[in-house]
Amino acid sequence: MAVSPQTEVTPVRFGVVVFPGSNCDADSYDAVRSFAGVDARYLWHKDTELEGLDCIILPGGFSYGDYLRCGAIARFSPIMKGVRRFADDGGLVIGICNGFQILLEAGMLPGAMHQNEGLKFVCKQVNLRVENNETPFTADYERGQVIGVPIAHHEGNYFIDETGLAELEANGQVVVRYCDEEGETTPASNPNGSLGNIAGVCNREGNVFGLMPHPERVCDEIVGGTDGRAVFESIISAVAGKAAAS
Amino acid sequence: MSATGQKPAYELLGLKEKEYRGICDAMGREPNYTELAVFSLMWSEHCGYKHSRPLLKNLPTEGERILQGPGENAGIIDIGDGLAIAMKIESHNHPSAIEPFQGAATGIGGIVRDIFAMGARPIANLDPLHFGSLEKPRQKYLLEGVVEGIAAYGNCMGIPTIAGEIHFEDAYEGNCLINVMCVGLVEQDKILRAKAEGPGNLVLLFGSTTGRDGIGGASILASAEFDETAQEKRPTVQVGDPFTEKKLLEACLEMRDKGLLVALQDLGAAGLSSSSSEMASKGGVGIDMDISRVPLREQGMEPFEIMISESQERMLAVVTPELKDEALAVCEKWDLDAVIIGKVTDTKRLRVFLGEEMVADMPVDALVDDAPTYIVEAVRPAHEVDEPLAEDHYRLPSDLNETLTTLLRSPNICDKRWVYEQYDHMVQTNNALWPGGEAAVLRIKGRRSGVALTTDGNGRRCYLDPRRGARAAVAEAARNLSCTGAKPLAVTNCLNFGNPEKGEIYHQFKEAVEGMAEACEAFETPVTGGNVSFYNESFGQAIYPNPVVGMMGLVEDVSLIGTTAFQDEGDTVLLLGNARAAIDGSEYQLRIDGEVAGRIPDVDLEMEKKLQLLVREAILEGLVKSAHDVSDGGLACCLAESAIAGGRGAVIELGTDQRPDLLLFGEAPGLIVVTVAKNDLEHFAQLALDLPVSVIGRVEGDRLVIRAGGADQVNLPVEQAAQAWGAALEALVHG
Repeated sequence: MAVSPQTEVTPVRFGVVVFPGSNCDADSYDAVRSFAGVDARYLWHKDTELEGLDCIILPGGFSYGDYLRCGAIARFSPIMKGVRRFADDGGLVIGICNGFQILLEAGMLPGAMHQNEGLKFVCKQVNLRVENNETPFTADYERGQVIGVPIAHHEGNYFIDETGLAELEANGQVVVRYCDEEGETTPASNPNGSLGNIAGVCNREGNVFGLMPHPERVCDEIVGGTDGRAVFESIISAVAGKAAAS
Repeated sequence: MSATGQKPAYELLGLKEKEYRGICDAMGREPNYTELAVFSLMWSEHCGYKHSRPLLKNLPTEGERILQGPGENAGIIDIGDGLAIAMKIESHNHPSAIEPFQGAATGIGGIVRDIFAMGARPIANLDPLHFGSLEKPRQKYLLEGVVEGIAAYGNCMGIPTIAGEIHFEDAYEGNCLINVMCVGLVEQDKILRAKAEGPGNLVLLFGSTTGRDGIGGASILASAEFDETAQEKRPTVQVGDPFTEKKLLEACLEMRDKGLLVALQDLGAAGLSSSSSEMASKGGVGIDMDISRVPLREQGMEPFEIMISESQERMLAVVTPELKDEALAVCEKWDLDAVIIGKVTDTKRLRVFLGEEMVADMPVDALVDDAPTYIVEAVRPAHEVDEPLAEDHYRLPSDLNETLTTLLRSPNICDKRWVYEQYDHMVQTNNALWPGGEAAVLRIKGRRSGVALTTDGNGRRCYLDPRRGARAAVAEAARNLSCTGAKPLAVTNCLNFGNPEKGEIYHQFKEAVEGMAEACEAFETPVTGGNVSFYNESFGQAIYPNPVVGMMGLVEDVSLIGTTAFQDEGDTVLLLGNARAAIDGSEYQLRIDGEVAGRIPDVDLEMEKKLQLLVREAILEGLVKSAHDVSDGGLACCLAESAIAGGRGAVIELGTDQRPDLLLFGEAPGLIVVTVAKNDLEHFAQLALDLPVSVIGRVEGDRLVIRAGGADQVNLPVEQAAQAWGAALEALVHG
């Protein structure tokens, strides 16, 4: 990514969607703004024009209260049409926690969420194993790397039917799995009962990624770690790389 | 509602005959039913502070950092750089005992509104909770319901629940204590207040619709004891809608940023009645309201019902006619109901209209300020004694290893992970210190400094000596903050007591308030507001008197904060303080005997201040590897907790001046365990000067070994201690 200092660098442009009830929008915004060469702006859920963006973040929270199934209402919000178009055109979309749930409900990612196996909200630090580092969201990690990232959700028990699972595995769409400190995907290290310890998946094309853990919460040593930074570094590199190539 | 037909209306509304006559005097006539209903709420114990007001005057409330003391929706403390902290604690005891999930959830909702009513963005919740023994199925039900209610509301709002305490004891079996403290951050030039000003300005009601839920919550539920009719009071518990509250929060802060608000106030206890009259009272004005404009969620509501409904998630604002449309537009953006329901007048009267028809006309000052106050003759209960128990009052247990394990398993000492993992404690990404330590520390984004927060209650000790107990609660809160390196700045208090009409309860309240005042003076931590919860009694049995202290401190540098965890092999373990540990009122006494008796030791406030200053200075100098105060379970539990947190053992050698069980498990305020690197010992001693500091051992190996009187009193693998401490709560809940 070496760019000579004289070159005028185009900033990587992030859009953070704000649904009513989003509550990790500011955390995601702050996280991406902690990187050099980044522009970020909030996108209101009633917006439909999503011009001039490189990556859209669907943040965590309780969109529209999530009194029904999580994300079931947000998928109908006006902005989601634009998000889908943006993804169809090859734009990068990352859904974190509630954002992941919304992408599932919108059919932009395969699978569905059950309530956590323990039927309780769980907020804690977990370990993840990076299964696929050939996505625009994980390229800065090593394959098999174990990272510490927190979760905070009530409905993160990932499910998909057998055929769907086989396809995910065959296509390398399982991006991160819950594991123990050694990287073993044991039942004990699975915090919510997710099938195959799956914590995050991408679409077939690799430009839409959803995960339950919160990388934006571990972007600063003072609040408990920096293992999430490489997600955003990867995105920035991917966008910058694409720009350089074109 | 049967067999009450004979009683006069005021009595059914909870007013005494003398109070009714007072209302007639203030009105210059007999009130109609709507007016009477409004007065009954405003003059309830909950809203009118009838038994507490004269005594609360004793609390120190001023200081150079206090920008707002009691009397507003929350206190405000200057933390420098143009920033301020808004904070307040409140109880939702009675509703939670009736309906734990909604009771606790709406408790969060209420206190959070108080914070953003000041223009502050809520950045943390803290939840001190007290239940009966978990051996009783109902207590498990209450615990699970309350924790789920707090989680459902706080998590949805995106406000991290970062600290608090959880205590189980039989005294809370009929009346759990569900207190909640909310803390907000605000730029000083954006602080809002609830002072209605400018006759001709408009009164805006926005948020949820108004229904019959929560009618009489404050007067019927929170201003009387429980008896066999308690379950009939379920309809008086409100129902929470955190999604609407989240939108309300964002809408209020957006209006704040756009400068659209003259004044802002939330609708809490007594709903529209209290919010409108209190806003008018603060501004020395009157308000005319047409309640036919209030968006209702039920048909056929009577005027008095609209006036006293405690439907949640509603705010009242004063806006100028010029900015009205802009304010309404913000509400529309956030999909909130919003209507102009009235205007500010210069009459000093609250006048309520239903369309053209006036249905109530009341003097604002009488409503807000003239509730009668009562002073009860204080009676010292027989269980309060002058002398502590003899040190050999109980038999020396044969195996102190076993005693330590028992204490570590106590639900009052063990790991509370099962609870705090249900709370989103990380959202907003400010935690510099995670739950489970002395206090929570939040960084302030973009600055070096941070704030430390804690709550401390001390019911059992207050039961034995309310004055000493309250002094100790303040001292412990300050000690918790100091152990992170934070300088204590201010207090908010939640005073949980029984029925104040009884002399013994009044005595407990009076003593506790005076004790709290003494300690707050000493630590220079003024009380910026809070809440009084009386009538925590069931079938005549009161809870332990429990003045809960919420305290805020300032951390100069969040990269230099103390934690409880032992760090490195060979570090020296120091004990700061010379207080003599006692069994009276200790967790040890409760666990070995089930008795609560004797007299607790008093805190030496001057010594305490010096020791805390020493710890803070040493942390800032980078000398402190760990700092942990000695509290529940005594020195042995303190050491075990630091060993567990750090995954390291220690070898400790104690003196012989007390029986070993007292040295290990006795409790006294004013003791802190600190570890320092061997090389820094001299530097630390220079800072300590002539303060009582003794070397008691070193961090070593993977076992906790405590010697006293020449023998190993405790010799336990840290792993085993961690297992006992870590698994206890979940086992109790599911067992």
